[in-house]
Amino acid sequence: MAFLAVPLIGLLTKVSWGTLWQDLTTPVALDALKLSLVCSLWATGLSLILGVPLAWVLARTQLPGRNLVRALAILPMVLPPVVGGVALLLAFGRDGLLGRPLYSLFGIQFPFTTAGAVLAETFVAMPFLIITVEAALHSMDGRYEEAAANLGAGRWRTFRHVTLPIIAPSLIAGAALTWARALGEFGATITFAGNIQGRTQTLPLAVYLELQSNEGVAIAMSLALLTFSIVVLVALRGRWLGAIRR
Amino acid sequence: MSLDAEISVAVGEFELHLDLDVADGEVVAVLGPNGSGKTTLLRTLAGLQPLSSGHITLDGRVLDDPAAKVLVAPESRQCGMIFQDYLLFPHLTAVANVAFGLRSRGTNKSEANGRALKWLGRMEVAHRAQAKPHQLSGGEAQRVALARVLATDPQLLLLDEPMAALDAGARGAVRHQLRRHLAAFTGACVLVTHDPLDAAAIADRLVIIEAGRITQQGTLKEITTRPRSSYIAGLMGLNLLSASASGTTIVLANGATLEAASRANGETLVVIAPQSISLHLDRPDGSPRNMWPTRVSEIHLIGDRARVLLGDPVPVAAEITAISLAELGLTEGSPVWASVKATQVDTFPANGGQ
Repeated sequence: MAFLAVPLIGLLTKVSWGTLWQDLTTPVALDALKLSLVCSLWATGLSLILGVPLAWVLARTQLPGRNLVRALAILPMVLPPVVGGVALLLAFGRDGLLGRPLYSLFGIQFPFTTAGAVLAETFVAMPFLIITVEAALHSMDGRYEEAAANLGAGRWRTFRHVTLPIIAPSLIAGAALTWARALGEFGATITFAGNIQGRTQTLPLAVYLELQSNEGVAIAMSLALLTFSIVVLVALRGRWLGAIRR
Repeated sequence: MSLDAEISVAVGEFELHLDLDVADGEVVAVLGPNGSGKTTLLRTLAGLQPLSSGHITLDGRVLDDPAAKVLVAPESRQCGMIFQDYLLFPHLTAVANVAFGLRSRGTNKSEANGRALKWLGRMEVAHRAQAKPHQLSGGEAQRVALARVLATDPQLLLLDEPMAALDAGARGAVRHQLRRHLAAFTGACVLVTHDPLDAAAIADRLVIIEAGRITQQGTLKEITTRPRSSYIAGLMGLNLLSASASGTTIVLANGATLEAASRANGETLVVIAPQSISLHLDRPDGSPRNMWPTRVSEIHLIGDRARVLLGDPVPVAAEITAISLAELGLTEGSPVWASVKATQVDTFPANGGQ
Protein backbone atom coordinates (compact mmCIF):
# COMPACT_ATOMS: atom_id res chain seq x y z
CA MET A 1 0.00 0.00 0.00
CA ALA A 2 2.74 2.42 1.04
CA PHE A 3 4.72 1.27 -1.98
CA LEU A 4 1.82 2.43 -4.15
CA ALA A 5 1.08 5.63 -2.27
CA VAL A 6 4.56 7.04 -1.54
CA PRO A 7 5.47 7.98 -5.12
CA LEU A 8 2.15 9.83 -5.49
CA ILE A 9 2.71 11.68 -2.22
CA GLY A 10 6.25 12.43 -3.38
CA LEU A 11 4.90 13.97 -6.55
CA LEU A 12 2.25 15.99 -4.74
CA THR A 13 4.70 17.39 -2.12
CA LYS A 14 7.08 18.57 -4.84
CA VAL A 15 4.41 20.52 -6.71
CA SER A 16 5.05 24.26 -6.35
CA TRP A 17 1.42 25.27 -6.14
CA GLY A 18 2.21 29.00 -6.39
CA THR A 19 3.77 28.78 -9.85
CA LEU A 20 1.59 25.90 -11.07
CA TRP A 21 -0.46 27.99 -13.48
CA GLN A 22 2.69 29.71 -14.79
CA ASP A 23 4.42 26.34 -15.27
CA LEU A 24 1.44 24.88 -17.11
CA THR A 25 1.16 27.82 -19.47
CA THR A 26 4.79 27.82 -20.62
CA PRO A 27 4.93 27.30 -24.42
CA VAL A 28 6.45 23.84 -24.01
CA ALA A 29 3.72 22.70 -21.62
CA LEU A 30 0.88 24.29 -23.59
CA ASP A 31 2.09 22.73 -26.87
CA ALA A 32 2.49 19.34 -25.24
CA LEU A 33 -0.92 19.54 -23.56
CA LYS A 34 -2.66 20.50 -26.78
CA LEU A 35 -0.81 17.89 -28.82
CA SER A 36 -1.46 15.19 -26.24
CA LEU A 37 -5.19 15.83 -26.28
CA VAL A 38 -5.33 15.90 -30.09
CA CYS A 39 -3.21 12.77 -30.54
CA SER A 40 -4.88 10.74 -27.81
CA LEU A 41 -8.37 11.57 -29.07
CA TRP A 42 -7.37 10.68 -32.64
CA ALA A 43 -5.84 7.44 -31.37
CA THR A 44 -9.03 6.63 -29.46
CA GLY A 45 -11.13 7.39 -32.54
CA LEU A 46 -8.93 5.24 -34.78
CA SER A 47 -9.03 2.43 -32.22
CA LEU A 48 -12.83 2.58 -32.24
CA ILE A 49 -13.02 2.55 -36.03
CA LEU A 50 -10.56 -0.33 -36.42
CA GLY A 51 -10.95 -2.12 -33.10
CA VAL A 52 -14.73 -2.51 -32.82
CA PRO A 53 -15.14 -4.32 -36.17
CA LEU A 54 -12.11 -6.47 -35.36
CA ALA A 55 -13.55 -7.37 -31.95
CA TRP A 56 -16.86 -8.24 -33.65
CA VAL A 57 -15.11 -10.50 -36.15
CA LEU A 58 -13.21 -12.21 -33.33
CA ALA A 59 -16.33 -12.70 -31.20
CA ARG A 60 -19.00 -13.46 -33.78
CA THR A 61 -17.49 -15.17 -36.81
CA GLN A 62 -15.83 -18.51 -37.39
CA LEU A 63 -12.96 -16.87 -39.28
CA PRO A 64 -10.12 -19.37 -39.61
CA GLY A 65 -6.98 -18.21 -37.80
CA ARG A 66 -9.00 -16.16 -35.29
CA ASN A 67 -6.67 -17.06 -32.47
CA LEU A 68 -3.65 -15.85 -34.41
CA VAL A 69 -5.42 -12.57 -35.23
CA ARG A 70 -6.37 -12.17 -31.57
CA ALA A 71 -2.78 -12.84 -30.46
CA LEU A 72 -1.50 -10.22 -32.92
CA ALA A 73 -4.10 -7.71 -31.78
CA ILE A 74 -3.20 -8.18 -28.12
CA LEU A 75 0.58 -8.36 -28.65
CA PRO A 76 1.21 -4.58 -28.32
CA MET A 77 -0.13 -4.79 -24.76
CA VAL A 78 2.72 -7.01 -23.64
CA LEU A 79 5.35 -5.82 -26.10
CA PRO A 80 7.82 -3.23 -24.73
CA PRO A 81 6.64 0.03 -26.34
CA VAL A 82 10.17 0.79 -27.59
CA VAL A 83 10.10 -2.44 -29.58
CA GLY A 84 6.71 -1.37 -30.93
CA GLY A 85 8.28 1.90 -31.99
CA VAL A 86 11.14 0.12 -33.74
CA ALA A 87 8.65 -2.18 -35.50
CA LEU A 88 6.56 0.78 -36.61
CA LEU A 89 9.71 2.49 -37.89
CA LEU A 90 10.63 -0.58 -39.94
CA ALA A 91 7.10 -0.74 -41.37
CA PHE A 92 6.11 2.89 -41.77
CA GLY A 93 9.51 4.67 -41.72
CA ARG A 94 10.65 6.30 -44.94
CA ASP A 95 12.60 3.17 -45.82
CA GLY A 96 9.98 0.88 -44.30
CA LEU A 97 7.96 -1.90 -45.82
CA LEU A 98 4.89 0.29 -46.32
CA GLY A 99 6.53 3.63 -45.61
CA ARG A 100 8.60 3.69 -48.77
CA PRO A 101 5.73 3.23 -51.28
CA LEU A 102 3.53 5.58 -49.21
CA TYR A 103 6.21 8.26 -49.38
CA SER A 104 7.21 7.80 -53.02
CA LEU A 105 3.62 7.50 -54.30
CA PHE A 106 1.72 9.92 -52.09
CA GLY A 107 4.40 11.88 -50.25
CA ILE A 108 2.97 10.60 -46.95
CA GLN A 109 5.44 10.12 -44.13
CA PHE A 110 4.91 9.26 -40.49
CA PRO A 111 8.20 9.71 -38.61
CA PHE A 112 8.55 13.17 -37.09
CA THR A 113 4.91 14.03 -37.85
CA THR A 114 1.83 14.29 -35.65
CA ALA A 115 0.28 11.49 -37.72
CA GLY A 116 3.22 9.34 -36.61
CA ALA A 117 2.52 10.12 -32.96
CA VAL A 118 -1.14 9.19 -33.49
CA LEU A 119 -0.11 5.94 -35.18
CA ALA A 120 2.25 5.03 -32.33
CA GLU A 121 -0.41 5.73 -29.69
CA THR A 122 -3.05 3.76 -31.62
CA PHE A 123 -0.72 0.79 -31.99
CA VAL A 124 -0.09 0.64 -28.26
CA ALA A 125 -3.57 1.54 -26.99
CA MET A 126 -5.94 -0.29 -29.35
CA PRO A 127 -5.59 -3.73 -27.66
CA PHE A 128 -7.34 -2.30 -24.58
CA LEU A 129 -10.38 -1.52 -26.71
CA ILE A 130 -10.30 -4.84 -28.56
CA ILE A 131 -10.20 -7.02 -25.45
CA THR A 132 -12.86 -4.99 -23.62
CA VAL A 133 -15.26 -5.04 -26.56
CA GLU A 134 -14.62 -8.68 -27.42
CA ALA A 135 -15.27 -9.67 -23.80
CA ALA A 136 -18.49 -7.63 -23.82
CA LEU A 137 -19.64 -9.32 -27.03
CA HIS A 138 -18.94 -12.74 -25.55
CA SER A 139 -20.76 -12.03 -22.31
CA MET A 140 -23.77 -10.47 -24.04
CA ASP A 141 -26.74 -12.78 -24.62
CA GLY A 142 -26.36 -13.56 -28.33
CA ARG A 143 -30.05 -14.42 -28.58
CA TYR A 144 -30.84 -10.69 -28.69
CA GLU A 145 -29.15 -10.69 -32.08
CA GLU A 146 -31.18 -13.72 -33.11
CA ALA A 147 -34.34 -11.92 -32.01
CA ALA A 148 -33.34 -8.92 -34.15
CA ALA A 149 -32.71 -11.15 -37.18
CA ASN A 150 -36.02 -12.85 -36.55
CA LEU A 151 -37.72 -9.44 -36.75
CA GLY A 152 -36.11 -8.83 -40.13
CA ALA A 153 -32.99 -6.86 -39.20
CA GLY A 154 -29.88 -7.50 -41.27
CA ARG A 155 -26.41 -7.79 -39.75
CA TRP A 156 -25.60 -4.09 -39.85
CA ARG A 157 -28.94 -2.96 -38.42
CA THR A 158 -28.68 -5.61 -35.71
CA PHE A 159 -25.19 -4.45 -34.82
CA ARG A 160 -26.04 -0.74 -34.88
CA HIS A 161 -29.39 -0.87 -33.05
CA VAL A 162 -29.13 -3.92 -30.80
CA THR A 163 -25.54 -5.03 -30.19
CA LEU A 164 -23.93 -1.59 -29.82
CA PRO A 165 -26.47 -0.17 -27.34
CA ILE A 166 -26.32 -3.35 -25.25
CA ILE A 167 -22.51 -3.31 -25.02
CA ALA A 168 -22.34 0.52 -24.76
CA PRO A 169 -21.18 0.57 -21.11
CA SER A 170 -18.25 -1.71 -21.94
CA LEU A 171 -17.53 0.20 -25.13
CA ILE A 172 -17.28 3.46 -23.19
CA ALA A 173 -15.11 1.85 -20.51
CA GLY A 174 -12.86 0.38 -23.21
CA ALA A 175 -12.59 3.72 -24.99
CA ALA A 176 -11.68 5.46 -21.72
CA LEU A 177 -8.96 2.91 -20.98
CA THR A 178 -7.68 3.26 -24.54
CA TRP A 179 -7.62 7.03 -24.23
CA ALA A 180 -5.75 6.88 -20.92
CA ARG A 181 -3.20 4.47 -22.39
CA ALA A 182 -2.75 6.65 -25.48
CA LEU A 183 -2.32 9.75 -23.34
CA GLY A 184 0.49 8.13 -21.37
CA GLU A 185 2.26 6.62 -24.39
CA PHE A 186 6.00 7.27 -24.35
CA GLY A 187 8.28 4.56 -25.73
CA ALA A 188 6.74 3.88 -29.12
CA THR A 189 6.10 7.58 -29.76
CA ILE A 190 9.63 8.76 -29.02
CA THR A 191 11.14 5.89 -31.02
CA PHE A 192 8.88 6.16 -34.04
CA ALA A 193 7.76 9.77 -34.18
CA GLY A 194 10.60 11.56 -32.43
CA ASN A 195 10.44 14.37 -29.89
CA ILE A 196 9.63 17.61 -31.71
CA GLN A 197 7.83 20.30 -29.76
CA GLY A 198 4.39 21.04 -31.19
CA ARG A 199 4.51 18.09 -33.61
CA THR A 200 5.32 14.89 -31.79
CA GLN A 201 6.22 16.02 -28.29
CA THR A 202 3.28 14.81 -26.21
CA LEU A 203 3.03 15.35 -22.44
CA PRO A 204 5.03 12.29 -21.34
CA LEU A 205 7.85 13.19 -23.77
CA ALA A 206 7.84 16.78 -22.59
CA VAL A 207 7.90 15.66 -18.94
CA TYR A 208 10.92 13.47 -19.64
CA LEU A 209 12.78 16.29 -21.43
CA GLU A 210 11.89 19.08 -19.01
CA LEU A 211 12.88 16.99 -16.01
CA GLN A 212 16.54 17.54 -17.07
CA SER A 213 16.20 21.34 -17.43
CA ASN A 214 13.08 22.67 -15.74
CA GLU A 215 11.82 20.45 -12.96
CA GLY A 216 8.89 22.71 -12.02
CA VAL A 217 7.33 22.49 -15.47
CA ALA A 218 7.89 18.70 -15.57
CA ILE A 219 6.16 18.28 -12.22
CA ALA A 220 3.27 20.52 -13.25
CA MET A 221 2.75 18.45 -16.42
CA SER A 222 2.97 15.23 -14.40
CA LEU A 223 0.24 16.59 -12.18
CA ALA A 224 -1.88 17.26 -15.29
CA LEU A 225 -1.40 13.63 -16.41
CA LEU A 226 -2.22 12.38 -12.93
CA THR A 227 -5.42 14.45 -12.98
CA PHE A 228 -6.47 12.91 -16.32
CA SER A 229 -5.87 9.43 -14.91
CA ILE A 230 -7.98 10.15 -11.85
CA VAL A 231 -10.78 11.58 -14.00
CA VAL A 232 -10.80 8.36 -16.06
CA LEU A 233 -10.83 6.23 -12.91
CA VAL A 234 -13.73 8.14 -11.38
CA ALA A 235 -15.67 8.18 -14.65
CA LEU A 236 -15.20 4.43 -15.12
CA ARG A 237 -16.19 3.75 -11.56
CA GLY A 238 -19.48 5.58 -12.14
CA ARG A 239 -19.93 3.70 -15.40
CA TRP A 240 -19.29 0.34 -13.81
CA LEU A 241 -21.62 1.01 -10.94
CA GLY A 242 -24.18 2.25 -13.43
CA ALA A 243 -23.82 -0.93 -15.44
CA ILE A 244 -24.36 -3.03 -12.34
CA ARG A 245 -27.41 -1.06 -11.29
CA ARG A 246 -29.19 -1.42 -14.62
CA MET B 1 -51.27 -26.61 -45.94
CA SER B 2 -49.33 -23.61 -44.73
CA LEU B 3 -46.27 -25.12 -43.07
CA ASP B 4 -44.87 -28.31 -44.49
CA ALA B 5 -41.67 -29.44 -42.84
CA GLU B 6 -39.61 -32.59 -42.91
CA ILE B 7 -36.93 -31.92 -40.38
CA SER B 8 -33.67 -33.72 -39.92
CA VAL B 9 -30.95 -32.00 -38.00
CA ALA B 10 -27.96 -32.99 -35.90
CA VAL B 11 -26.56 -30.69 -33.24
CA GLY B 12 -23.52 -32.34 -31.72
CA GLU B 13 -24.66 -35.74 -30.45
CA PHE B 14 -28.33 -34.81 -30.58
CA GLU B 15 -30.50 -35.66 -33.56
CA LEU B 16 -33.99 -34.46 -34.40
CA HIS B 17 -36.11 -36.22 -37.03
CA LEU B 18 -39.75 -35.32 -37.50
CA ASP B 19 -42.42 -34.30 -39.98
CA LEU B 20 -44.67 -31.39 -39.11
CA ASP B 21 -47.59 -29.95 -41.07
CA VAL B 22 -49.53 -26.98 -39.74
CA ALA B 23 -52.53 -25.43 -41.49
CA ASP B 24 -53.29 -21.71 -41.58
CA GLY B 25 -55.06 -20.65 -38.41
CA GLU B 26 -54.08 -23.86 -36.64
CA VAL B 27 -52.19 -23.86 -33.35
CA VAL B 28 -50.03 -26.92 -32.78
CA ALA B 29 -48.48 -27.48 -29.37
CA VAL B 30 -45.23 -29.39 -29.25
CA LEU B 31 -44.76 -31.04 -25.87
CA GLY B 32 -41.75 -32.91 -24.66
CA PRO B 33 -39.35 -33.34 -21.77
CA ASN B 34 -36.26 -31.14 -21.45
CA GLY B 35 -33.72 -31.93 -24.15
CA SER B 36 -36.27 -33.59 -26.43
CA GLY B 37 -35.57 -31.11 -29.22
CA LYS B 38 -38.47 -28.67 -28.85
CA THR B 39 -36.38 -25.51 -29.02
CA THR B 40 -34.17 -26.96 -31.77
CA LEU B 41 -37.32 -27.55 -33.80
CA LEU B 42 -38.33 -23.88 -33.49
CA ARG B 43 -34.80 -22.73 -34.31
CA THR B 44 -34.80 -24.72 -37.56
CA LEU B 45 -38.16 -23.20 -38.52
CA ALA B 46 -36.88 -19.68 -37.74
CA GLY B 47 -33.68 -20.27 -39.70
CA LEU B 48 -31.40 -20.02 -36.69
CA GLN B 49 -30.36 -23.66 -37.13
CA PRO B 50 -29.93 -25.02 -40.67
CA LEU B 51 -31.33 -28.46 -41.53
CA SER B 52 -29.00 -31.39 -42.17
CA SER B 53 -31.54 -32.86 -44.58
CA GLY B 54 -35.25 -32.61 -45.34
CA HIS B 55 -37.07 -29.40 -46.18
CA ILE B 56 -39.13 -26.55 -44.75
CA THR B 57 -41.82 -25.03 -46.97
CA LEU B 58 -44.02 -22.15 -45.87
CA ASP B 59 -46.97 -21.15 -48.06
CA GLY B 60 -45.30 -22.84 -50.99
CA ARG B 61 -41.97 -21.04 -50.52
CA VAL B 62 -38.98 -23.25 -49.77
CA LEU B 63 -37.11 -21.84 -46.76
CA ASP B 64 -34.60 -24.61 -46.19
CA ASP B 65 -33.67 -27.53 -48.40
CA PRO B 66 -30.06 -28.70 -48.15
CA ALA B 67 -30.45 -31.05 -51.14
CA ALA B 68 -31.44 -28.11 -53.35
CA LYS B 69 -28.93 -25.82 -51.57
CA VAL B 70 -31.68 -23.43 -50.48
CA LEU B 71 -31.37 -21.67 -47.12
CA VAL B 72 -33.31 -18.47 -46.50
CA ALA B 73 -31.70 -16.27 -43.81
CA PRO B 74 -33.71 -15.65 -40.61
CA GLU B 75 -34.22 -11.96 -41.46
CA SER B 76 -35.72 -12.89 -44.84
CA ARG B 77 -38.30 -15.31 -43.43
CA GLN B 78 -41.76 -14.44 -42.18
CA CYS B 79 -41.46 -16.60 -39.07
CA GLY B 80 -42.07 -14.50 -35.98
CA MET B 81 -40.66 -16.10 -32.85
CA ILE B 82 -41.51 -15.41 -29.21
CA PHE B 83 -38.42 -16.43 -27.28
CA GLN B 84 -38.64 -18.11 -23.90
CA ASP B 85 -37.85 -14.98 -21.87
CA TYR B 86 -39.22 -12.70 -24.60
CA LEU B 87 -35.84 -10.99 -25.25
CA LEU B 88 -37.29 -7.51 -25.46
CA PHE B 89 -34.39 -5.18 -26.27
CA PRO B 90 -33.48 -3.78 -22.85
CA HIS B 91 -32.45 -0.32 -24.12
CA LEU B 92 -35.66 0.34 -26.06
CA THR B 93 -39.12 1.31 -24.82
CA ALA B 94 -42.03 -1.06 -25.42
CA VAL B 95 -43.21 0.92 -28.44
CA ALA B 96 -39.69 1.10 -29.91
CA ASN B 97 -39.37 -2.66 -29.45
CA VAL B 98 -42.55 -3.18 -31.45
CA ALA B 99 -41.50 -0.64 -34.09
CA PHE B 100 -38.10 -2.35 -34.50
CA GLY B 101 -39.35 -5.07 -36.86
CA LEU B 102 -41.30 -2.60 -38.97
CA ARG B 103 -38.28 -0.27 -39.21
CA SER B 104 -36.11 -3.26 -40.19
CA ARG B 105 -38.49 -3.95 -43.05
CA GLY B 106 -38.27 -0.42 -44.35
CA THR B 107 -41.29 1.31 -42.80
CA ASN B 108 -40.57 4.96 -42.02
CA LYS B 109 -40.26 6.09 -38.44
CA SER B 110 -43.57 7.84 -37.83
CA GLU B 111 -45.62 5.15 -39.52
CA ALA B 112 -43.76 2.40 -37.69
CA ASN B 113 -44.46 4.14 -34.38
CA GLY B 114 -48.13 4.56 -35.23
CA ARG B 115 -48.53 0.92 -36.16
CA ALA B 116 -46.55 -0.18 -33.09
CA LEU B 117 -48.93 1.78 -30.86
CA LYS B 118 -51.90 0.18 -32.59
CA TRP B 119 -50.49 -3.28 -31.95
CA LEU B 120 -49.82 -2.46 -28.31
CA GLY B 121 -53.45 -1.35 -28.14
CA ARG B 122 -54.67 -4.61 -29.61
CA MET B 123 -52.61 -6.49 -27.02
CA GLU B 124 -54.04 -4.23 -24.30
CA VAL B 125 -50.68 -2.78 -23.27
CA ALA B 126 -50.87 0.64 -24.99
CA HIS B 127 -50.61 2.33 -21.59
CA ARG B 128 -47.14 0.78 -21.16
CA ALA B 129 -45.82 2.08 -24.52
CA GLN B 130 -43.11 4.24 -22.95
CA ALA B 131 -41.99 1.68 -20.35
CA LYS B 132 -38.62 -0.05 -20.59
CA PRO B 133 -38.73 -3.87 -20.56
CA HIS B 134 -37.43 -4.13 -16.98
CA GLN B 135 -40.43 -2.08 -15.80
CA LEU B 136 -42.96 -4.49 -17.33
CA SER B 137 -44.62 -7.38 -15.53
CA GLY B 138 -44.19 -10.85 -17.03
CA GLY B 139 -47.64 -10.79 -18.59
CA GLU B 140 -47.10 -7.31 -20.04
CA ALA B 141 -43.71 -8.29 -21.43
CA GLN B 142 -45.30 -11.32 -23.09
CA ARG B 143 -47.91 -9.14 -24.77
CA VAL B 144 -45.30 -6.61 -25.92
CA ALA B 145 -43.28 -9.50 -27.37
CA LEU B 146 -46.42 -10.77 -29.11
CA ALA B 147 -47.16 -7.29 -30.48
CA ARG B 148 -43.54 -6.99 -31.66
CA VAL B 149 -43.75 -10.23 -33.62
CA LEU B 150 -47.31 -9.81 -34.94
CA ALA B 151 -46.50 -6.28 -36.17
CA THR B 152 -44.12 -7.82 -38.72
CA ASP B 153 -47.04 -9.74 -40.23
CA PRO B 154 -45.56 -13.25 -39.94
CA GLN B 155 -46.94 -16.23 -41.87
CA LEU B 156 -45.74 -18.54 -39.14
CA LEU B 157 -45.76 -17.80 -35.44
CA LEU B 158 -43.39 -19.67 -33.14
CA LEU B 159 -43.71 -19.57 -29.36
CA ASP B 160 -40.98 -21.04 -27.17
CA GLU B 161 -42.31 -21.80 -23.68
CA PRO B 162 -44.27 -18.54 -23.51
CA MET B 163 -45.41 -19.22 -19.94
CA ALA B 164 -42.09 -20.31 -18.46
CA ALA B 165 -41.03 -16.78 -17.48
CA LEU B 166 -44.24 -16.12 -15.54
CA ASP B 167 -44.84 -16.86 -11.90
CA ALA B 168 -47.40 -19.54 -11.19
CA GLY B 169 -50.00 -17.09 -9.94
CA ALA B 170 -50.12 -15.14 -13.19
CA ARG B 171 -50.18 -18.14 -15.51
CA GLY B 172 -53.87 -18.96 -15.56
CA ALA B 173 -54.97 -15.46 -16.54
CA VAL B 174 -52.13 -14.97 -19.05
CA ARG B 175 -52.90 -18.33 -20.64
CA HIS B 176 -56.45 -17.24 -21.38
CA GLN B 177 -55.26 -13.88 -22.71
CA LEU B 178 -52.73 -15.55 -24.98
CA ARG B 179 -55.38 -17.93 -26.26
CA ARG B 180 -57.61 -14.97 -27.12
CA HIS B 181 -54.84 -13.08 -28.89
CA LEU B 182 -53.72 -16.12 -30.84
CA ALA B 183 -57.27 -16.82 -31.96
CA ALA B 184 -57.11 -13.65 -34.10
CA PHE B 185 -53.92 -14.82 -35.83
CA THR B 186 -54.59 -16.25 -39.28
CA GLY B 187 -51.24 -17.92 -40.01
CA ALA B 188 -49.84 -21.19 -38.75
CA CYS B 189 -48.68 -21.32 -35.16
CA VAL B 190 -46.32 -23.69 -33.35
CA LEU B 191 -46.19 -23.51 -29.57
CA VAL B 192 -43.51 -25.30 -27.60
CA THR B 193 -44.20 -26.12 -23.98
CA HIS B 194 -43.67 -28.74 -21.33
CA ASP B 195 -46.91 -27.87 -19.57
CA PRO B 196 -49.98 -29.82 -20.73
CA LEU B 197 -52.22 -27.06 -19.36
CA ASP B 198 -50.70 -24.58 -21.87
CA ALA B 199 -51.32 -27.07 -24.62
CA ALA B 200 -54.87 -27.72 -23.46
CA ALA B 201 -55.60 -24.01 -23.24
CA ILE B 202 -54.10 -22.82 -26.49
CA ALA B 203 -53.58 -25.56 -29.03
CA ASP B 204 -55.85 -27.32 -31.52
CA ARG B 205 -53.54 -30.29 -31.87
CA LEU B 206 -50.70 -31.76 -29.84
CA VAL B 207 -47.44 -33.24 -31.00
CA ILE B 208 -45.43 -35.06 -28.37
CA ILE B 209 -41.71 -35.44 -28.99
CA GLU B 210 -39.23 -37.47 -27.01
CA ALA B 211 -35.51 -37.74 -27.76
CA GLY B 212 -35.89 -35.97 -31.09
CA ARG B 213 -38.80 -38.01 -32.46
CA ILE B 214 -42.58 -37.76 -32.44
CA THR B 215 -44.06 -40.35 -30.10
CA GLN B 216 -47.69 -39.35 -30.45
CA GLN B 217 -49.89 -36.69 -31.99
CA GLY B 218 -53.54 -35.85 -32.02
CA THR B 219 -56.11 -33.88 -30.06
CA LEU B 220 -55.80 -33.46 -26.33
CA LYS B 221 -58.66 -35.90 -25.79
CA GLU B 222 -57.17 -38.60 -28.02
CA ILE B 223 -53.83 -38.36 -26.28
CA THR B 224 -55.25 -38.28 -22.78
CA THR B 225 -57.41 -41.34 -23.39
CA ARG B 226 -54.72 -43.40 -25.09
CA PRO B 227 -51.24 -42.25 -24.04
CA ARG B 228 -48.60 -44.20 -25.96
CA SER B 229 -45.57 -43.76 -23.70
CA SER B 230 -44.96 -43.58 -19.99
CA TYR B 231 -43.82 -39.97 -20.38
CA ILE B 232 -47.11 -39.07 -22.02
CA ALA B 233 -49.09 -40.99 -19.44
CA GLY B 234 -47.33 -39.09 -16.64
CA LEU B 235 -47.59 -35.78 -18.45
CA MET B 236 -51.21 -36.26 -19.33
CA GLY B 237 -52.29 -37.65 -15.99
CA LEU B 238 -54.73 -34.76 -15.97
CA ASN B 239 -58.38 -35.14 -15.20
CA LEU B 240 -60.32 -34.29 -18.30
CA LEU B 241 -64.14 -34.09 -18.10
CA SER B 242 -66.76 -33.18 -20.68
CA ALA B 243 -69.32 -30.73 -19.38
CA SER B 244 -71.41 -27.76 -20.26
CA ALA B 245 -70.80 -24.42 -18.64
CA SER B 246 -72.86 -21.38 -17.94
CA GLY B 247 -70.85 -18.62 -16.30
CA THR B 248 -68.70 -20.11 -13.58
CA THR B 249 -70.96 -23.11 -13.01
CA ILE B 250 -70.08 -26.33 -14.79
CA VAL B 251 -72.55 -29.19 -15.18
CA LEU B 252 -71.05 -32.61 -15.84
CA ALA B 253 -72.72 -35.20 -18.04
CA ASN B 254 -74.05 -37.04 -14.94
CA GLY B 255 -75.56 -33.86 -13.50
CA ALA B 256 -72.89 -33.10 -10.88
CA THR B 257 -71.77 -29.47 -10.74
CA LEU B 258 -68.42 -27.77 -10.19
CA GLU B 259 -67.49 -24.12 -9.72
CA ALA B 260 -64.69 -22.60 -11.82
CA ALA B 261 -63.03 -19.22 -11.31
CA SER B 262 -63.22 -18.11 -14.95
CA ARG B 263 -66.40 -17.82 -16.95
CA ALA B 264 -67.33 -20.00 -19.91
CA ASN B 265 -70.44 -20.93 -21.83
CA GLY B 266 -71.57 -24.00 -23.75
CA GLU B 267 -69.76 -27.27 -24.36
CA THR B 268 -66.61 -27.27 -22.25
CA LEU B 269 -63.65 -29.39 -21.40
CA VAL B 270 -62.81 -29.29 -17.71
CA VAL B 271 -59.19 -29.88 -16.74
CA ILE B 272 -58.19 -30.51 -13.13
CA ALA B 273 -54.65 -31.38 -12.11
CA PRO B 274 -54.68 -34.43 -9.79
CA GLN B 275 -52.32 -32.62 -7.36
CA SER B 276 -54.89 -29.90 -6.79
CA ILE B 277 -57.51 -32.29 -5.40
CA SER B 278 -57.36 -32.71 -1.60
CA LEU B 279 -58.75 -35.69 0.27
CA HIS B 280 -60.24 -35.61 3.79
CA LEU B 281 -61.86 -38.14 6.09
CA ASP B 282 -64.48 -35.66 7.31
CA ARG B 283 -66.29 -32.77 5.68
CA PRO B 284 -63.49 -30.21 5.26
CA ASP B 285 -63.51 -26.93 7.23
CA GLY B 286 -63.12 -23.62 5.50
CA SER B 287 -64.82 -22.99 2.24
CA PRO B 288 -63.31 -24.68 -0.77
CA ARG B 289 -65.82 -23.92 -3.53
CA ASN B 290 -65.97 -27.54 -4.63
CA MET B 291 -66.33 -30.41 -2.18
CA TRP B 292 -68.17 -33.66 -2.34
CA PRO B 293 -68.34 -37.02 -0.56
CA THR B 294 -67.31 -40.03 -2.62
CA ARG B 295 -65.60 -43.41 -2.46
CA VAL B 296 -62.11 -44.54 -3.40
CA SER B 297 -62.29 -46.85 -6.41
CA GLU B 298 -58.59 -47.59 -7.01
CA ILE B 299 -55.19 -46.69 -5.54
CA HIS B 300 -51.92 -46.74 -7.51
CA LEU B 301 -48.61 -46.12 -5.80
CA ILE B 302 -45.98 -44.43 -7.99
CA GLY B 303 -42.80 -43.95 -5.96
CA ASP B 304 -43.68 -41.76 -2.99
CA ARG B 305 -46.85 -40.50 -4.65
CA ALA B 306 -50.25 -42.14 -4.63
CA ARG B 307 -52.82 -41.78 -7.38
CA VAL B 308 -56.26 -42.21 -5.86
CA LEU B 309 -59.09 -42.79 -8.32
CA LEU B 310 -62.46 -41.56 -7.06
CA GLY B 311 -65.90 -42.82 -8.03
CA ASP B 312 -69.08 -40.85 -8.73
CA PRO B 313 -70.25 -38.12 -8.73
CA VAL B 314 -66.99 -36.65 -10.11
CA PRO B 315 -64.82 -39.42 -11.58
CA VAL B 316 -61.34 -37.98 -11.19
CA ALA B 317 -57.92 -38.99 -9.93
CA ALA B 318 -56.33 -37.25 -6.96
CA GLU B 319 -52.60 -37.34 -6.39
CA ILE B 320 -51.36 -37.22 -2.81
CA THR B 321 -48.15 -38.28 -1.07
CA ALA B 322 -47.79 -41.83 0.11
CA ILE B 323 -47.45 -40.43 3.66
CA SER B 324 -50.84 -38.69 3.46
CA LEU B 325 -52.33 -41.86 2.07
CA ALA B 326 -51.06 -43.77 5.12
CA GLU B 327 -52.29 -41.05 7.50
CA LEU B 328 -55.74 -41.07 5.94
CA GLY B 329 -55.72 -44.85 6.05
CA LEU B 330 -57.49 -45.12 2.71
CA THR B 331 -58.11 -48.40 0.94
CA GLU B 332 -60.22 -49.26 -2.07
CA GLY B 333 -63.85 -48.65 -1.21
CA SER B 334 -63.15 -46.19 1.68
CA PRO B 335 -65.54 -43.25 1.95
CA VAL B 336 -63.74 -39.94 1.55
CA TRP B 337 -64.34 -36.20 1.05
CA ALA B 338 -62.72 -34.56 -1.97
CA SER B 339 -62.23 -30.82 -2.41
CA VAL B 340 -60.73 -28.55 -5.05
CA LYS B 341 -60.48 -24.77 -5.30
CA ALA B 342 -62.44 -23.05 -8.03
CA THR B 343 -59.18 -21.49 -9.29
CA GLN B 344 -57.83 -24.99 -9.95
CA VAL B 345 -60.74 -25.90 -12.21
CA ASP B 346 -59.77 -24.88 -15.74
CA THR B 347 -62.27 -24.77 -18.56
CA PHE B 348 -61.71 -24.77 -22.31
CA PRO B 349 -64.17 -24.87 -25.20
CA ALA B 350 -64.76 -28.51 -26.11
CA ASN B 351 -63.91 -28.16 -29.80
CA GLY B 352 -60.27 -27.41 -28.99
CA GLY B 353 -60.31 -23.71 -29.68
CA GLN B 354 -61.55 -23.28 -33.24
